Amino acid sequence: MGKNSLIGGSIWEEYSQKVQDLMNNPKNMGELTEEDAKNMGGKLVVADFGAESCGDAVRLYWVVDEATEVIKAAKFKSFGCGTAIASSDTMAELCIGKTVSEAVKITNIDVEKAMRDTPDIPAVPPQKMHCSVMAYDVIKAAAASFKGVDAASFEDEIIVCECARVSLGTIKEVIRLNNLTTVEEITNYTKAGAFCKSCVKPGGHEEKEYYLVDILRDTRAEMEHDRLLAISNAQIEGHSSVDFDDLTVVKKFQQIEAVIDENIRPMLVMDGGNLEILDIKEGDDKVTDVYIRYLGACSGCASSSTGTLFAIESVLQEKLSKNIRILPI
Amino acid sequence: MRVYLDNNATTIVDPKVFAEMVPYFCQMYGNPNSLHQFGSESHPALRAAMDQLYAGINASDDDDIVITSCATESNNWVIKSIYNDTILNGDKNHIITSEVEHPAVGASCKFLESLGVNVTYLPVNSDGVINVEDLKNAITDKTALVSIMWANNETGMIFPIEEIGAICKERGVLFHTDAVQAIGKIPVDVQKAHVDFLSFSAHKFHGPKGVGGLYIRNGQTLSPFFHGGEHMGGRRSGTLNVAGIVGMGKAMELAVEALDFEKSNVRRLRDKLEDALLQIPETFVVGTKEQRVPNTILISVKGIEGEAMLWDLNQNGIGASTGSACASEALESNPVMEAIGAEADLAHTALRLSLSRFTTEAEVDFAIEVINKAVLRLRAISSTYAYAPEWHVSKL
Repeated sequence: MGKNSLIGGSIWEEYSQKVQDLMNNPKNMGELTEEDAKNMGGKLVVADFGAESCGDAVRLYWVVDEATEVIKAAKFKSFGCGTAIASSDTMAELCIGKTVSEAVKITNIDVEKAMRDTPDIPAVPPQKMHCSVMAYDVIKAAAASFKGVDAASFEDEIIVCECARVSLGTIKEVIRLNNLTTVEEITNYTKAGAFCKSCVKPGGHEEKEYYLVDILRDTRAEMEHDRLLAISNAQIEGHSSVDFDDLTVVKKFQQIEAVIDENIRPMLVMDGGNLEILDIKEGDDKVTDVYIRYLGACSGCASSSTGTLFAIESVLQEKLSKNIRILPI
Repeated sequence: MRVYLDNNATTIVDPKVFAEMVPYFCQMYGNPNSLHQFGSESHPALRAAMDQLYAGINASDDDDIVITSCATESNNWVIKSIYNDTILNGDKNHIITSEVEHPAVGASCKFLESLGVNVTYLPVNSDGVINVEDLKNAITDKTALVSIMWANNETGMIFPIEEIGAICKERGVLFHTDAVQAIGKIPVDVQKAHVDFLSFSAHKFHGPKGVGGLYIRNGQTLSPFFHGGEHMGGRRSGTLNVAGIVGMGKAMELAVEALDFEKSNVRRLRDKLEDALLQIPETFVVGTKEQRVPNTILISVKGIEGEAMLWDLNQNGIGASTGSACASEALESNPVMEAIGAEADLAHTALRLSLSRFTTEAEVDFAIEVINKAVLRLRAISSTYAYAPEWHVSKL
């Protein structure tokens, strides 16, 4: 939030002059026909993307030179808001003169940048960035139609945020490397979810296959799984490279039990006593509370709450972690 | 020419209203709760304004019309205080409303849902109106409140408020209505309609922004939303917006006087505009003319996205509105359009035109011309409309 977000109704004020001009006078609006293609000596390609019921629909026409695969002419028609029309127009403009393979590389970000008045000021407000995505999708559809392949084949990675073109791989990597725990952090690191917000969670402007909330949850789960696996492997190999405080409760129990067995129990048994571990609880401050019960001669022994207790605690603290606290019940 | 056709969003302040307000800024600026002459000199005007408001909705002198900052506050107050008074401290836990309420009601109900209240959102038919049988079936002995708008802001459709009021009275359920879009357009009578609570806002009937009211039937307790002082008999604290109240009173008086004009002249111009626009192929209007407030048209123009239409109208000096998601800051589609569900595309192609008693015939004629031009241009660009013959010839 902040000062600039408190007064609404400013979407149009954030359109660049180019966007406004294209909305008023789109240069490449129209259709191309078989006859046009014949006259130009090329092949007509027509591709559709979107639907009126989705709020956006665009149709792209190309005349392509079959020998060189150069796009000789491009036109569009669009059902959509002002920025959708301006984006479609810019997209068609960017196609002209490129080969089909080059055109497929045009992204929505290229389209948006081409509509800027000055290089560092966005052409459209964040929530309208989405409009340029369709321009990109329809190019892929046209290229797929021309080459007789599936449109998905032009995408070698899964794009989660289409507005900012952030892939699934990038998002997972950023979460892992930076130990991210919130969607806001993902957006700050990658810009994913900063624009139309459809990819943040279900129920947004458009239905998605992947949502940031799910990716975050799943990646965190994978990270936790990996961490546990590392701990378990470290223990199998016998060298505990993992800090006691980071162990799972089960592993902590095993290690405490082992130390007690080795260093403490023999002494207690010699005096006709013993102890059992009742519970292990982890506090927020990394403290591990070990609840124990004295058995046999130890229960009721005066030293059990003083000298013996301190001895047990100091052995465990020395062997495992200074964050261990012993609480006799 | 600049033509304002967005009167359901807000209205021009009637110059007569403005003139009444002027003395209460720099001359009679005292706090009406002060005992001295600076405070008390505004009392005659405040009393007159209250008389105008009471007369405007036929409130009895024993009822309360509490001045608020706007209808959003009034709506929030009723819903949240019913929660505090009747749901939190009692055995009721149910509120009934409709799917097409203004967000001030809809979002308040959603908020109460998050606190564990059961809310029934009554569906609407293709005209955007609820079925009273659905209401009857939804009321249980757990129902604390029914909140149904008097007229819808998007469609202008009038709800069967008297019938709803009678049902609520018979079943012993409190009834609140958001009458923001009704006052100044059609007669509003709190006695006939048996309402317990009624919200309104001055700026929708040629009064100033930032002032509204909540009618509370005599005997209804409603814990305050604003605590703090003795203002409004302790029901709503905060220094009185003297100029605003004076303006709202005058605006109410003028609006009620103008009801016949609304019914005849505004309606005639609205119908002229509507009939002309329906000449355009593949358009439809939600609801019959008779069931609507006299000033509103919600028209769907096939093949033209709402924001693009508003853009073209704005370029030509016309201000209108759309429920299209693309025109909202959050890209959220309008729940009213979704609830009506008319042929699905309404959510993207709706254009709302709302007139007022200040709209002239010349303005309507101009709007007809501009909208026709915009339709021709935008349908030519559209990929989902194929009937703009002269544009469809290749320009190569």
